[in-house]
This record gives sequence, structure tokens and C-alpha cells, in this order.
Amino acid sequence: MPAALEISQLHKSFGQVKALDGLDLSVPTGQVAGFLGPNGAGKSTTIRILLGLLRADAGDVSVLGKQPWNDAVSLHRRLAYVPGDVSLWPNLTGGEAIDLLSRLRGRPDKNRKNELLERFELDPTKKGRTYSKGNRQKVALVAALAADVELLILDEPTSGLDPLMETVFQECIAEVKQDGRSVLLSSHILAEVEKLCDTVTIIRNGHAVQSGTLAELRHLTRTTITATIDRHPTALAAVAGVHDLQYDEGTVTFDVDTDQMPSVVQSLGQLGVRALHSAPPSLEQLFLRQYGDELVGAES
Amino acid sequence: MSNESFAATGTLVRFALRRDRIKLPIWIAGIGLGMLYAVSALPTVYSTPAERQVRAGLMDSPAAKMMSGPGYGLDNYSLGAMITNEMVLYLAVPAAMMSIFLITRHTRAEEETGRAELIRSTVVGRHAATTAALIVAVIANTGVALLTALAMLSGDLAAADAFAVGIGIGLTGLAFAGIATVTAQLAEPSRASSSLSMAVVGAAFLLRAIGDVSQQGGNLLSWLSPLAWVQQTRAFVDLRWWPLLLPILVLVATVALGYFLSVRRDVGAGLVPPKLGRATAAPSLSTPFGLAVRQQRTGLVGWAIGLFIFAAATGSLTESVTDAVAENPQLGEVFTANGQDPLDAFYATMALFFALLIAAFAVTSVLRLRAEERTGHTEAALATAVSRPRWYFSWLGFTTLASAGLLLISGLGVGIGAMSGSADFGTLVEVTVATLAYLPAVMVVAGLTGALFGVRPGLSSLAWIVVGYGFFFGMFGALLDLPDIVSDLSPFAHTTPMPLADLPLAPLAVLTALAAVLVIAGNLSHRNRDLEST
Repeated sequence: MPAALEISQLHKSFGQVKALDGLDLSVPTGQVAGFLGPNGAGKSTTIRILLGLLRADAGDVSVLGKQPWNDAVSLHRRLAYVPGDVSLWPNLTGGEAIDLLSRLRGRPDKNRKNELLERFELDPTKKGRTYSKGNRQKVALVAALAADVELLILDEPTSGLDPLMETVFQECIAEVKQDGRSVLLSSHILAEVEKLCDTVTIIRNGHAVQSGTLAELRHLTRTTITATIDRHPTALAAVAGVHDLQYDEGTVTFDVDTDQMPSVVQSLGQLGVRALHSAPPSLEQLFLRQYGDELVGAES
Repeated sequence: MSNESFAATGTLVRFALRRDRIKLPIWIAGIGLGMLYAVSALPTVYSTPAERQVRAGLMDSPAAKMMSGPGYGLDNYSLGAMITNEMVLYLAVPAAMMSIFLITRHTRAEEETGRAELIRSTVVGRHAATTAALIVAVIANTGVALLTALAMLSGDLAAADAFAVGIGIGLTGLAFAGIATVTAQLAEPSRASSSLSMAVVGAAFLLRAIGDVSQQGGNLLSWLSPLAWVQQTRAFVDLRWWPLLLPILVLVATVALGYFLSVRRDVGAGLVPPKLGRATAAPSLSTPFGLAVRQQRTGLVGWAIGLFIFAAATGSLTESVTDAVAENPQLGEVFTANGQDPLDAFYATMALFFALLIAAFAVTSVLRLRAEERTGHTEAALATAVSRPRWYFSWLGFTTLASAGLLLISGLGVGIGAMSGSADFGTLVEVTVATLAYLPAVMVVAGLTGALFGVRPGLSSLAWIVVGYGFFFGMFGALLDLPDIVSDLSPFAHTTPMPLADLPLAPLAVLTALAAVLVIAGNLSHRNRDLEST
């Protein structure tokens, strides 16, 4: 099955500033793809190119098999977008803004809209200028989720939502996925990405530094192991793949490169293990590791 | 009121001056240069008293009085009297606009964007922002007063009278700064605040127009208009200073009212609380055009009502034109020598004046596209199945229809006003068609705004230059006896609509084609550029 979205070697500069520098990104059809990166890494620029709002300097972009710059209109009938910083028409009510956006896209679904208004507990009669950030985001989310489209492009859609609404959002995305639709989810909330996403791309300085399924990414990084052992772990410290080993009164804690796990476990077994706790790397660790490197790189 | 209410006012003044370091000098220099130009050009055009008296004869007509002033010194029309009678109004109105935009920008607009919240959370007093804006207004209008007075002094005019006029123009600006301080308290959108103040400018213009036409030296209606007080100093004729107390009075009263109202509302809120609205959109709100209508309909209705009242009021003055000619056959001769019937001249002046006002509307209307893009609304709309040409043409289409509608209403207004006198229905039709004949010129201005917006949104305000140019040369071209080429650069110089039989069709066709080219060029460049993001 062709990918819902495919970017290769994408370049975009604004004057002197290189926003994107050879970015690769792919969203397989029917999957939820996480798009991670710190502020200013180029996430929103990428999304605006995907929508045909910006023109790429170089590189190939294909969304649902089409070129976003040339085929914007026909493409936009098949996708919905939630911007990172939702700005509503100040004199239109939330309900009016949702209806307008749905009608501009085509095929508005009234029942679906009402159901989502209820689930997100949104009052559609308030004027755009009186909504809080979270409520503005709900307006955009309802408009996007009510659309019967193949692809959702979401730019940090939950950054203003409270935890209850975040749960509602996660349920909605799970349903979208069940329907076989595709999602590109740019986010800072790593727990959310971990929960929802099949694949993850981490972007830094305008190009992808990591991408793959979560399992694949975990494979590239370290697992933290804590064990209670009988013997002193001197031998263990010398085993390839063991890092940051600490020992205190029978308890040893260390990180293991995931691909070295079999040999390390073998060595550990010889130390008389009484208790063992293994923590797979969280996305947060993954993320911090990517940008921790950057900090080190910047210093040197 | 404790001193704490004004904490950090000084810092905010410096901050405002820093933000306006380009805008304000342009306004101030523009007003000063207008005066300097008049002072240096008029003596060469009207070098002898006899020539000035011919001009004075022209200015004795109701149409001229309506657009100029109360007509002091017409029997001995000196250079100073000429400037005070004919130029001052058109320097006082920009001073008022500068002050209104300045106050709105630093008070209500700051609250609307939420920046005021950030500022007020620091050690900043409750009245600091308003006070700082007013101090900046005082600084700017002092600059206006000094520059205009010095410009007059450069023409060897009497110093006391020159300063009376300069200070008067500055004080007029300040009176409107005070008025804007009050309107800033009323509603939440900054656009509503400045529109309300601009409506006061329009009403003030109308009041003094009717008053000045009705009676030599103006009547009570003129005295009610803040725009009339400078001319009521009778500068260069029989100077009196006390009319300048009136703008000071207005300033003090409005500022006090503004402070009084501001402590009775929340930061960011207006005195008029926001209402709940519809839960679902009306069927009309389904297209970009529907959105363009929705976003501008309130403003359009305001323009329509204002223009109609203005037009009907001026139209009803045609009776005085006829009377004036009957009383003073010489006046009739002056016009006939010009090849135009005095009533036709009156209608033609009105048509041009309304066309220029509507061109200003057209620019603000197209500039809404820039605001939509800047606020990110365009991004949301273009992320749906709306193409860029559809988006662009919807908004430009609204501007075209609305401009045509406003021209129609203005023409009808003048005609209906004239019919309340002795004009017949034929005149109504003729005046309406004559006003509508300015649509191509208005659309050239709208098209230019669109073309500039297409290239880069930040450039689109440059279209104001054409409106200003049209105003200056439309209103003063004859006075200053400029070479044709200078006036011809204005798109408004090619339509001399009255009498209708002489309406030149070829220039209208050229203007229409030019407008179309500009609109289409705007679409092409808009389609091929990056959308500007917030």
C-alpha cells in the first residue's frame, strides 16, 4: 500500500535561515505517525509545505499521491488540519467557525459535529475572541475530526487541553486509526506520542535524526537495569554495552545498549541475581538523548 | 487617584515613541509639507490681489464653502486668508486621523492582542497606558503645530496668526485624541474603536459644512464641530485666540470621561459586554465570499448610512447654489467662463469627493485580506478545499460590489437631497450615474492594493499614497494651478462626470482595463508566493 504521505530530501530556506535541510518523512497509510522535535526544528514549516501553503525549495513531497503545491484544492478535500496556534475569527462564534471550515472543505457532517461538541464539552455559541487557548484548540479539533477525510495533519493539537480533554482526544485518534485513516501528529507530549503512534520521526535542525517504529527506536537506545546481586560487579563493568554502572550495598544500576542485551544478561547471571528490574527506554529518554547529544555537540 | 495609577508612564511613553519612530514622523512631516507646499506654491499662482479676488469669487459658492471653510476675508483675499480658508481643514483632518490611530494603537489594540495583559502584570499603573498614549499624542501634535506654523512663517506671514493656525491644527488633533480615548473604552475590537472616532470626524466635517454654507462665517452648527474651530480664529483677517479654548475643553472633558470609564471595566473588556451568538452558521456563511461579507458587513452598513446622510445633506444645499447665483450674477459668470453650469460644478465636486472617500473604503476593504493572513485565518481557510484565486477574488469581488453600492448610495443621496429642493427626477438619475462613473477609478485603487498585497502583504498599505494623491490634487489641483501631468497621474482626474453628456468614455475604458490588469496581477503573484505565517 502506498504511503499516505512521503517526503524526501526536502529543503526550505527563509532568507538566510535554513528551516528544512534534507528532511525525510513518511506516514504509512492507516498509521499514526509521531513527529517530534524541539521548538524551531522545522515541524510547522514541514506541515505548511504539506498543505501547499509554502513552496518547497527542493525535494519531493507527495500527500495522498498528489503534489500539495499544485493540487492543493483537490487534496484538501481529503485531509483536515489543526494548526499549532489556533486563531479564530474574533467576531464568529465557535460553532460558526466549525461550520464555515467544514463547508469550505465540503461534505459537512452535522451529526458527527454535534457528537464531537458534546465529547469535547465545547460551547459553540461563544465568540472567537472570548475562547481560551484550549477552547480555540477544541474548535479546530472538532472541525478537523468531524471531517470525513483520509488524512489528519495535527500540529501540537493538545498543547492547551486539560488532561480530561487529552484523554478524549486520544480516544478520537484511536477511532480514526480503527477506521483505517492516517494521522501525522506533531507533538511535545511524549507520553501521548508513545501511546498513540505507530512510528516516530525525530527532527533536528531541519532534518530527521531518528525514524522508525517505537520498537525499532528503542532498539537503538539503552535499557536501564537495576539488580540485587550477591557478588561485586567488577567484571560487569568491563562487558561491552554496559554504561554508567553504579553499585551500592548489593544493588547495581546500569544502562545497556539494547543490541548488547544477550551478552550482558549472561554476565549478570553469573553474579547471583536475587531481584531484577528492567526499564525499557521511554520516549523521553530517547528524545533527551538526541538533544543531549546536540548540547554536547554545541559545546565542543 | 494615587500616583500608583500612573506608574511606569514614562517608560511606556518611550516604548510607544520607539514603536512609532517611523509612522509618526511620516504623519507629522506629511502635514507640515502640505502646508509648506501651499505657502510656496500659492504666491506664484496668485501673484496679484486681482487674481486672488477672482479666486475669492469662486470660493463664495456654496460648493466651495462646503469643502473649505467659513469664508473669512473673502473681500480682501490675502495669502494668509486663502490658506486658512482653503487648506487648514485638510491639514486638521489628517491631524485628527493621526491622533485617533495613535491612541487606538496604544490602548485598545494592545488590549485586543493581549499584549496589555503582559504589560499590566508588571509594575504598571492602571492609567499608565492611556496616559502614555496621550503624552505621545501631545508630542506628535506639538510637532504638527510647530511644523505648520514654521511653514507659514517661511512665507513671510504674520507670526501671531501663523502660530494661531499651527497651534489650532495641533489642538484639533488633540481634541480627537481625547475623543478616541473615550471610544477606546466602549467596545472590545480596536477596529470598532477607531471607526467610532472616525465617524465623529465625519460628523464634524458635515456639521461645519452645513453651518459654513448656511451663513457667512458659519452658524451654530459650525461651532459644534471640532474641525471648525481653527478657522474660527479668523487668522490673517481679524485674529482672535479664544476659539482655541474649545479643543482644550474637549480634550480635558474627554480624557476625564475616558479615565472615568476605564476604571469601570476589566482589562481587555469593553463597556458593552460580548454576547453569545449562533451555535451553527447561517447558510450564507459557506463560501469565502460569504466570509468576506460577514467580516465587513458591519463596517459596510456604517459607511452606507454615513455616506447617505452626508450625501443627502450636501444635496439639499443645491438650493443655496441656485440662490447664490441668482443674487450674484457675477458668480454665475465665473462658472460659465469655466464652461460649466454652477450646479453641474457642484454635483461634479460632490461626485469626486464621495469617490475619494469610497476609494479609502476600498483600500481598507482589500487590506482586510492582509489582516486575515497575518492573524492566521487565511491559513485555516486555505487548508480546506479553497484555492488561492477563489479566496483572493472573493474578497476583491466583495470590495468591488461594496464600492459600487456605496457610490450608488452617495449618488442617490445627493440626488434625493437635491430633490428636496427644486431638482427633478432627471437630476437624481444624472447625479447617480455621474457618481457611479467613478467606479473604474476606485477599482484602480482597489486593484493596486490587491496587486501590492499579492507581491507582499506588507506592501499593500502603500496604496494609501494614491488615495492621498487623489485627494490632494482633486481638491487643490485647481487652486494650485498644477501642470496637467501632475494631476493626470491621479486615477480620479480622468472622470469629469457633469454634465453627463460630456462624460469621457475612453478614459473610463482605460481605467477599467487598468483595474482589471492590477487585480489579475495581484492574483498571479498571490498564487505563487509563500503564505505569511503568524
